[in-house]
Amino acid sequence: MSEAVAHDDHHDHKPTGIGRWLFSTNHKDIGTMYLVFSLIMFFVGGAMAMVIRAELFQPGLQFVDPQFFNSMTTVHALVMIFGALMPAGVGLANWMIPMMIGAPDMAMPRMNNMSFWILPFAFTLLLLTFFMPGGAPAGGWTMYPPLVLQLGDGFPFLIFAVHFLGVSSIMGAINIIATVFNMRAPGMTFMRLPLFVWTWIITAFLLIASMPVLAGAVTMLLTDKYFGTAFFNAAGGGDPVLFQHIFWFFGHPEVYILVLPSFGIISQVIPTFSRKPLFGYASMVYATASIAFLSFFVWAHHMFTVGMPLTGELFFMYATMSIAVPTGVKIFNWMATMWKGSMTFETPMLFSIGVLFMFSIGGFSGLMMGITPVDFQYHDTYFIVAHFHYVIVPGIIYGVFAGVYYWLPKWTGVMYDEKLGKLHFWLSTISVNVLFFPMHFIGLAGMPRRIPDYNTIFTGWNQIISIGGFAFGLSQLILVWVVIKCARGQGEKATDQVWESAHGLEWTLSSPPPFHSFTTPPQVTDATAHS
Amino acid sequence: MTVSKTKRVVLGAITLCLTLACGLAFAESMSWNLTEGVTPTSKKVYDLHMIILYIVTAIGIAVFAVMCWSIYFHRKSRGAIAEQFHHSTFAEITWTIIPIIILIVMAIPATKTLIFMEQTGDAEMTIKVTGYQWKWKYDYLEEDISFFSTLKEDSNEARQRYASTRPEDVENYLLDVDNYVVVPVDTKIRILTTASDVNHAWWVPDLGWKRDAIPGFINDNWTFIEKEGVYRGQCAELCGKDHGFMPIVVKAVSKEDYAAWVQEMKGNARVAAATPVEEIAVEELLMKGKRLYNSNCAACHMPEGEGVDGLFPALAGSAIANGEAEGFAHQILNGKNMMPPFKDQLSDTDIASVMTYVRNSWGNAADAVQPAAVNAAR
Repeated sequence: MSEAVAHDDHHDHKPTGIGRWLFSTNHKDIGTMYLVFSLIMFFVGGAMAMVIRAELFQPGLQFVDPQFFNSMTTVHALVMIFGALMPAGVGLANWMIPMMIGAPDMAMPRMNNMSFWILPFAFTLLLLTFFMPGGAPAGGWTMYPPLVLQLGDGFPFLIFAVHFLGVSSIMGAINIIATVFNMRAPGMTFMRLPLFVWTWIITAFLLIASMPVLAGAVTMLLTDKYFGTAFFNAAGGGDPVLFQHIFWFFGHPEVYILVLPSFGIISQVIPTFSRKPLFGYASMVYATASIAFLSFFVWAHHMFTVGMPLTGELFFMYATMSIAVPTGVKIFNWMATMWKGSMTFETPMLFSIGVLFMFSIGGFSGLMMGITPVDFQYHDTYFIVAHFHYVIVPGIIYGVFAGVYYWLPKWTGVMYDEKLGKLHFWLSTISVNVLFFPMHFIGLAGMPRRIPDYNTIFTGWNQIISIGGFAFGLSQLILVWVVIKCARGQGEKATDQVWESAHGLEWTLSSPPPFHSFTTPPQVTDATAHS
Repeated sequence: MTVSKTKRVVLGAITLCLTLACGLAFAESMSWNLTEGVTPTSKKVYDLHMIILYIVTAIGIAVFAVMCWSIYFHRKSRGAIAEQFHHSTFAEITWTIIPIIILIVMAIPATKTLIFMEQTGDAEMTIKVTGYQWKWKYDYLEEDISFFSTLKEDSNEARQRYASTRPEDVENYLLDVDNYVVVPVDTKIRILTTASDVNHAWWVPDLGWKRDAIPGFINDNWTFIEKEGVYRGQCAELCGKDHGFMPIVVKAVSKEDYAAWVQEMKGNARVAAATPVEEIAVEELLMKGKRLYNSNCAACHMPEGEGVDGLFPALAGSAIANGEAEGFAHQILNGKNMMPPFKDQLSDTDIASVMTYVRNSWGNAADAVQPAAVNAAR
């Protein structure tokens, strides 16, 4: 007996110093690194957004030149999508999936280490371009040729950064699939998996299907610029629109790669704080899978104005509209989960409800833009900027926030400061609406996106938007404060279950959990499954 | 504690509803909504936009009301006890079928409008629009009229970083050009869009659509303007540094006025062609050159000729600009790398003026260039 205890202690011995992080094969440490990296990138991308909003505070050019402004919009998007959102999702998956399915760790721990450590190098490549002749990428994150080919010495750095990010994502996705398929505890059947795990399996398949397409597209850009090919050069018999088709064949599934993990998180959070089981578990799984499947057939709605044949426009319009059905099912299921529950409103629940309201607003404007003839007006205006920021900020990022607040006590062993959490939620929610709602109006009134300067009729709303932007940016510092307090162990000791009605395997482990999650697989039954 | 919690959630819900209501209120007033425009297409598009806006707003209010109701009444602090139901086949089928029906209701008028918009046949005249970094070229195919249209000078001055004029003091700031696209009303006009360098998009909101201008492709569109007036728009596809500074102005006039304008344009072209090339005074070249430089060259080579490191070479102290006039003229006439050829855009006199200005500014000191020298280089 005493031998067994000593043996366990030995296993729980953490490596120390920098080596613990550099050579880590532990899903929790790697998850932590992903999340910290994501938070840093969130502020790097956020700082660029602040430059954009400062320049747009009034007409005329005050702070930056147009070329640098274009770099700001371009790199803001790349950093936020590939540096903040995707690593946040992977970080949460790393932390939670082994604990949720009753596994000791991820299936391929060394690959896990590598897929994280590629990221800092990829972003070093990308951000170095600011110091190169010709400057940072300024042709939009969509990298449309021929414009992107005009980039100076930074061009190959952009391409290789994208390649590295793709490699990292694919390895992460393979690892998640291998883990869930092979390392579930006895009795943890697929239809007993927590919804967060389900959304991540589907996300992982989307990643494996779409990232190689992006890699192919940017490689063709590279050879067009340096090796004399003409894939996208009309003068050489190529087709500049082809790039847009390939890019969005990756780009639309990418949207769901970003959003599905957040859907998974709020499907864990809402039942816990409603004290009710998730409504329509099976239909949630099927709706998520349908959204993922349909996401491969709607790409051209990002490029309705390139001049497609009528039949093509009709097909993509109908396909796009049809996505509203499974998305609606998900929203209704969450509402039905809350209905006749016994709700309390701790910070994770507040952020989840924020997702329900504001993701819906983004969904409505999305439906409007799916209508091709009207999209000919909306396309490339601030209306689309409002749309995708509503989907991303109070949709995806709020989901990540909900997950961080929900699991932070489990990770650190101490409760976060509830007052600060609520302050973070309310300041963010007020400012995010001041920031993004008026963008609908200026977009409809005719302000194109990606312009550093505008006609004076847009001044008023732009000033309100900028003030909302600065307030939202500052509000995020509260999150850093909350996380630092928890990481330093300042706060009430958390119980193992943390939340009164939390269900699922992760809550059976201690808070904080042991270094290796489940060394003995737990037996899962219907009673212990379905959070 | 519980009371203040309740208050906070209710306050939050009210804030959200108010934001939405504000949205609706503004949608009703013209200045913050889509324009109704001046063509049959734009009116159909506007009507469709309003129908969909009303439908999604109604759905939004219904859904948000249910959520708010639930948040208010089904809370633990009010003593709510959780029920444990977790599925209902009837409810799930209902909320799958109803959205499908609503979508079909939306798709029918959308399909009709789209089919209407794509009927580009039997146009009475054709204008080819070509996007350049960062200006537009218009070719009236039947009339043999062709001209470039660039940002107007007063806007161009006020948009510089250390400008002496304020955007507020410029009429139609960033939405005015030197040459308007003059078109007749009540005429079906075919508009072809294409580009010479990178992708652009030609967009005048009052016409009801935008369309990408892509090098190597020609997209066809049509318009039928019902009301005389001046309609302004902008490039809508990121096309590089000065994407925000290549506006579009369409001036719709009566058919008689249009015919007169066509005659005037053709007359101007004849006069220009017939005028013999003469020696021009250096002062005149410098004055004209400065104006042309600012509208054609300053976007890349910068107003003070310093260029942009790594992208656009500096002209101040440039060996080419200060060297043999012939080599310099060749570069402007035929372009190089990212620089477009200017031989079709500028006349000999124009190019001679720009060259003279460049060769005598920012510390450069070289001979003036006469139009005849440019003509020889052609």
